[in-house]
Amino acid sequence: MDFNNKVLWVLNIFGVEVWITQTILSTWIIMLVLIILAVVVRLTLRKWKQIPSGFQNVVELLVESFDGIVKSAAGEKHMGLGNWFFTVFAFVFFSNIVGIFGLRPPTADWATTFALAMATFILIQVMGIRHRKGKYLKSFFEPSFIFFPLNLIGELARPISLSFRLFGNVLAGMILTSLIYSAPIYLRFAIPAVLHVYFDLFSGIVQTYIFCVLSLTFIGIAATPGNET
Amino acid sequence: MQDPLALIIAVAQIAAALALFNGILTTMGQGKIAVAAIEAIARQPEASGSVTTTMFIGLAMAETSGIYGLLIAIILLFANPLIPIYLQSIVP
Repeated sequence: MDFNNKVLWVLNIFGVEVWITQTILSTWIIMLVLIILAVVVRLTLRKWKQIPSGFQNVVELLVESFDGIVKSAAGEKHMGLGNWFFTVFAFVFFSNIVGIFGLRPPTADWATTFALAMATFILIQVMGIRHRKGKYLKSFFEPSFIFFPLNLIGELARPISLSFRLFGNVLAGMILTSLIYSAPIYLRFAIPAVLHVYFDLFSGIVQTYIFCVLSLTFIGIAATPGNET
Repeated sequence: MQDPLALIIAVAQIAAALALFNGILTTMGQGKIAVAAIEAIARQPEASGSVTTTMFIGLAMAETSGIYGLLIAIILLFANPLIPIYLQSIVP
C-alpha cells in the first residue's frame, strides 16, 4: 500500500525548502510532453494541405470536435473559451492516463484539481459580470433577498464539487490499483491490466469530458442573458 | 478500555464503512437517469447526441454525493485527524 505522495528530493533555494513530490515530477513530465506536442504541431503547420491526411487529420478532428462541444455547452458567443478549455482538456486527460506509465496522476492531488476548479470559478464570475453586468449580481438576490446566503453558498460550492469530483474519481482508481499491486502474487496476474484500462483510460476520459463540459455549462449559464438560475 | 487508540481506529473504520453506504442511493439515482436517457433515445433516436451529453452531466451531478462519501471514508482511514490529537494529548 504505497499511495502516499512521496517526497523525492528536497531542494534548498535561498534557505527555503522546496519539496519535489511525485505529483510535481509527473506534472512537469506532462508539461514537457504537451510542449513537445505543441511545438511539433506548430512546426508542421506550414506544410499542411487543403485536404488533410495522417497527423493533420487527427489534430483537425480533435480541435473541431472540441469546438462542437464548446458550441453546444457554452453557446456560440463564447467560442473563445475553447482555447483555454482545450488546454485544460489536454492537461487533465494526460494527467488521468499517466497512471498507465507508472507515474502518480497529478489529478490524484487535490491541489491540482482545486487550482483548475478555481480558474473555472473566476471565469464564471468574470464572464457573468462582463456579459450581464448588474443583472448577474442581481441574480444572487433572486427570487427574493432572503435567498442571498443560499445562493452564495451554492456559488461557493461549485469549485469544491467540481474539484472533488475529479479528485475523488482519480484517487479512488489509484488506491484500488495500488491495493491490487500490494496483494499476493496470484492476484497480480492480469487483474491490474483490467483495472488500468477501466480506471485510467475509461474513467479518465469520461471525467475529463465531464469536467470541461460542466465548467463550460456553468460559464454559459452565468454569461447568457435571460438565464436566471 | 485498555487502549483508547484502538477504540479510535476501530470506530473510524466502522464509520468509513457506513460512509460508503450512500453508494446504494447514488447508484439507484444514476440508474434512474440512465433509464430515462435510454427511453428518450428509444423514442427519438435522432436526438441521441444531445440526450447523451445531458445524461453524462446528470450522471456527474448525481455522482457528487457518492464521491463525498468516498472521500470521507478515505480521510477516516488514511488521514484520520483524531489520531494526531490523541497522540498529542498523551505526550505531556
